[in-house]
Parts: sequence; structure tokens; C-alpha cells
Amino acid sequence: MIRFRPQWPLRCAGKPGAPRTRRFGTALLFLASCMPWAVQAHTSEEVVPGTMAARVAACTHCHGADGQAGPDGFYPRIAGKPAGYLYAQLLHFRDGTRNYEPMRYLLQGLGNQYLFDIAQYFADLRLPHAPPARTTAPQALLEQGRSLAINGDTARGVPACAACHGNAFTGMQPHIPGLLGLSRDYLAAQLGAWRTGLRKATAPDCMAKVVEQLTPHDIAAVSAWLAAQPVPEPYVAAPANSFSLPIECGVTPLPGTRQP
Amino acid sequence: MKHPFRFRSLSRAMRRAVPIACATLAAVVSATSAAAPDSPRADDQIETGRYLAIAANCAGCHTARPNAPYAGGTALPTGFGTFYGPNITPSREHGIGTWSADDFWQAMHLGKAPDGSPLYPAFPYPQYTAMSRADSDALYAYLMSLPAIDTPNRPHELRFPYDQRWLLSAWRALYFKPGQATPVTTDDADVQRGHYLVEVAGHCTACHTPRNRWGATDLARSLQGAVMPDSKWYATPLSGDAAGLADWSEDDIVQVLRTGFSRHGTAAGPMGEVVSHSTQYLHDTDLRAMARYLKTLPAATPAKPPRAAPDDAAMVTGARLYEQHCASCHGAEGEGAPPHWPALAGNASVKAPLANNVVLSILKGGYSPTTAHTPQPHGMPPFHALSDSDVAALATFVRNSWGNAAGPVNPHQVTPLR
Repeated sequence: MIRFRPQWPLRCAGKPGAPRTRRFGTALLFLASCMPWAVQAHTSEEVVPGTMAARVAACTHCHGADGQAGPDGFYPRIAGKPAGYLYAQLLHFRDGTRNYEPMRYLLQGLGNQYLFDIAQYFADLRLPHAPPARTTAPQALLEQGRSLAINGDTARGVPACAACHGNAFTGMQPHIPGLLGLSRDYLAAQLGAWRTGLRKATAPDCMAKVVEQLTPHDIAAVSAWLAAQPVPEPYVAAPANSFSLPIECGVTPLPGTRQP
Repeated sequence: MKHPFRFRSLSRAMRRAVPIACATLAAVVSATSAAAPDSPRADDQIETGRYLAIAANCAGCHTARPNAPYAGGTALPTGFGTFYGPNITPSREHGIGTWSADDFWQAMHLGKAPDGSPLYPAFPYPQYTAMSRADSDALYAYLMSLPAIDTPNRPHELRFPYDQRWLLSAWRALYFKPGQATPVTTDDADVQRGHYLVEVAGHCTACHTPRNRWGATDLARSLQGAVMPDSKWYATPLSGDAAGLADWSEDDIVQVLRTGFSRHGTAAGPMGEVVSHSTQYLHDTDLRAMARYLKTLPAATPAKPPRAAPDDAAMVTGARLYEQHCASCHGAEGEGAPPHWPALAGNASVKAPLANNVVLSILKGGYSPTTAHTPQPHGMPPFHALSDSDVAALATFVRNSWGNAAGPVNPHQVTPLR
């Protein structure tokens, strides 16, 4: 079994009494080790073959031993995201409609049912979230981000993030992901990729319609604000159909279910 | 009109992974192309064609997910440029909807489009040329029974001069003889069928046989192992050499084609694709026939001089990296935990004459394919964050430990495989 080993803030330790310069360096290390991005991706030696934890070692190597995210903000958290969302991403990666060659290569021989099994495995993992990274964004930018995320911009016809991702940004089962607990770089990169057409959702691609109305400044603002929010625990997606969406979004049919 | 089988260039292309597939059925061939539509005989013929299409892994080049089956679009990178498998659904505009069974036979047997222009041998007609007319007709009947998908074909992207189709005439004069196949000298019908599946329908030769610089397979070295047309994966020898199938039993061969796994290792990369889309679905009798035929192949490679001994420093670094990254799954002695985690001691890909596959496995990781037998395979992480010299040291270590003695790997061999 893989066990979750939080690296923060439990492993923050400095040595008192060291020379001044060394103490400065130690202090830096201390701070660094307390940052959420210091969460280490690691594979436990205790993985037992024949378990799902062993099967997904190819995933956890980058996304963290329990899918809690890689160490640098590039590999997002996958633990606890809605299964339908994760499944759709696996399909898109495998089939090249979401572009990342290492993912395409890994998944190329895997059938839909197994991709759904993998999605369900990570969706079912419940792990505490790291505190948000301390933001360096200016207050004015954060305020703009907050406003866009919560209220949208009616003048420009931009819906609020909350309108689809939920008032607490938890997402909704089974297809809409939560927006908290992700790095600023990751969020900005995804919005940017939608804007340039590199990332697509299942048609009709409602995210593409929203993002095409966002300016680069909007993207910077909303990414900075979302990434700075603490994640309320428990952080779980709202039940399916618990609210209606302001825009039509494509739905990836799940194995064993019929498309309505 | 643009029609499908217009591959350009001489091809090494065919060597790509996709190949094996093919197969089957010469026998099934009882239905004829003259059967009336909707008659039981026509249904039999379509079923024969469906099975043949799987055995030949037509989808490997002609289906690009998430598009509809056989609507084309798969990229086939080669040294001559990139080919894109064409639409072979019955679309009249973009597929083979206007073709007759004779046109189809002309493509399969003669490598020519309906207008007589030569096809690029990225389409493996140098192998299909020995397919029976009845099987060609069955394949045609099956493809024509599919829904017509109006997906336009993507033009090949070939370098000059390979984009000059007229040059194919010279190539064909030198390297192509209609009906040609490697000889099979046996009266055993089972082995003959295995030969047909391996050499013709499955076109295993397209990847596993070395090619000359113009992309023609060297039949004198048939199935003796070759680097794939994308210059990355190494299709291991299937001949009776120590590096080939000398240590494999027929059961081992059947098992790897059925499940993607055997005691000698796991089907990875392009071969994983072949197992996934093709061989896992073949009848037991056909897999057995293929295994029996492969085991008749002689050890053709002359004994090679001993390889250079690995560098001590590389072995020390490799051992450290192995302990750090690999031993938790593959074991301190390279014993693995079969069938979940393959053993590296004695692994056919690890100790192959060329180190390409072990280097690619380290860099890219990978899953063995999902099959009916293995619906939830285990995956290996990509270690692309390691430097070229670390990957080389690690590959050197696993190729020269626990009884493996395959020679060192140089960092410069790693760079082009990234």
C-alpha cells in the first residue's frame, strides 16, 4: 500500500546555534520546506503488485504518491477530482485532443474501461490539502480575480467561475472539477491553452466559449486569486445535478452508462 | 480524385509497429466475391474480412482516435517523411467507395491505385502481394460493409525527392515482384498457415526485417530484427538466434501475442499496440500456427565478436540509480514480480542486440496493453528527468547484470531517442 506522507509542515526543522550565514541558509531551507510545493512526489517502496496503487505507479511518479500533486506545480493534484472529469482527461490525452506527449504515450494501449477504473481510483482518494502558496500578486489583481470568479462580468457576458464550478468552487459530480488546491501556474496555463485552442473539452466546449472572452489580464487575475484560496475540508464535489449550468457543456459518456 | 492507398515513398515505414497483425485466413476463404449481398455466404465473407482486418491490424494505420474506425489519419513517421494512413471506409469522395473488388485486388496484389499509379510501400503491399484473391475479396467486402465516413485524407509530408511519385517506378522495378513472399518449405498445413499469417497478412516482416537505404526489406535477412522506420524502437529478431526466439517455446510466443506478456518480457511500444489491436483477438489455432512457423526459422546471425566490456564507473552509477528508481518493482536481482512487473534478468528487450528498447522504456515508461486477459495492466513511470548519462549508466547496468551481457550504452545513444 502507498501511504500518504505529508512533507509539510511536519518536516520543517532548523538547527539553532549555527553560524549566522549558515543560519540564514538554513532559514531559507526551512521556509522552502514549509511551502506547499515542497510536497514530494515519491513512490513508496511498500507498493504491492496486483493492487491499483501498484498499477498506477506510472501516474503517481509525477502526480505524487497519492495523486496529491507533483512538487513544482506542473503536475496537478488528481486525488479527489470527479471521476468523470478525470476519465475525460485520460481519453483526451490518449487520443491527442489534450496535448502532452508523455501522457499520450503512457495511455496509448489502454482501453476506455481501464481508463475509467484509473479515474475512479484517484477520484476516491481523500487527502488533506496543503495550505495555498503565499501569493505575490498585487492586491488589485487579486480583487479583480475574486470578482471574476464569484460574480463574472455581466457587461462582457463572462459567467462567474462559480456558476459552473459551484459557489465553493468544489465542482460538481461527475464531470466538473473543483478549482481550489491548484497552482497559479497550472491554472493560468490551462486557461491560456484553452484560449489558444491547445486544450479542448468535450464538445460543445463551454470552457472555450468562456475563455475566449477573457483577456490575458483576466487569466492572470483569476488564476492568482483561485490559487491563493485555502481549501475548505472536506473538499468534495457537489452531488450531480445539484445546480444548473448557465451554458451548455459537452458530457463524456462514462463506460456502462448511456448518453442522455 | 484522391484515393486512399496513395502512400508515397519507399518505405521503411512499414516497419512500424503496426504490423504484425495480419492474418489469417487463407482458409476461411470459402466465401467468394460472387456471393449475393445479404446471403449467408456474403455474411461469412464479411466476417472473414473483419477477422483479416484485425489480423492485418489495418486499424493501426487507418484509424486515428478519436475518429471513426478506418477513416484514416494515423501518422507514420519515417526517414522519408511522414505518411498519413488514408480513409478506407466506403466514402465515395474520400474513401474507397468507388473502388471495385478488382481495384482493391490491384492495390493489394500489385500496389497500384485504380488509375494505375504506383502506391507508396508504406502500405505493405510488398507483403500483401502474396495474399489470396479470396482473402482480398473478403477484406474488400468487409470494408465496404462499414459506414461511409467522409473524413478527408491528410496529404503525406515527404521530403524531396521522395515526394516524386514517379520515382516509385524505379523502386518497384528493383525491389517489388508481385506475388513474392519468403519461401516456405514444408507440407505441414499448420506451419504454412503460420507463414501466411506472419509473412503476408500480419506483415511482421515490415518491422522485423532489415531494410536497405531505399526502404526495401532484405528478404535474405527476413525477420532478423531491425530498427523501426521512426529510428527509435528496435523490432527484435524473430529468427532462431539467442537474441531471437531460440529460448522461446511455442507457448511463450502464443502467450505474448495473446496477453502482451511472457516470461521473456512484456510487449512494449509499437508491439504493445499490435497486441492491443490485433493479435489478442486471433484464434488460438492461428496464434499456435504463427508460433510453430516462427520456431522453424533458423538462427541466421553469425556469431558476433564479444561486445565491449561495460565501464566500471557506469556500472557503479547504474547500480546506484537502479537501487534508487527501479529495484522496488524490478527487484534487487532483476527478478521482477511477473506477470505484473517484468523480470529484467534474461528479458529479451533488455539484452537485445540494440539498446533502443530499454532506453526508451526508461525514458517513456509505459503500460503493457489492456487485453481480455489483462484488463488492468501495470504501468512503469517515465524517467525522462534523468540525464542522458544517467540513463546510459542505468541501461548499461541492467544490460550487464544478473547474467545479462549485452554490452555498454553510450549517452550519445540516448539523446536521439528522447
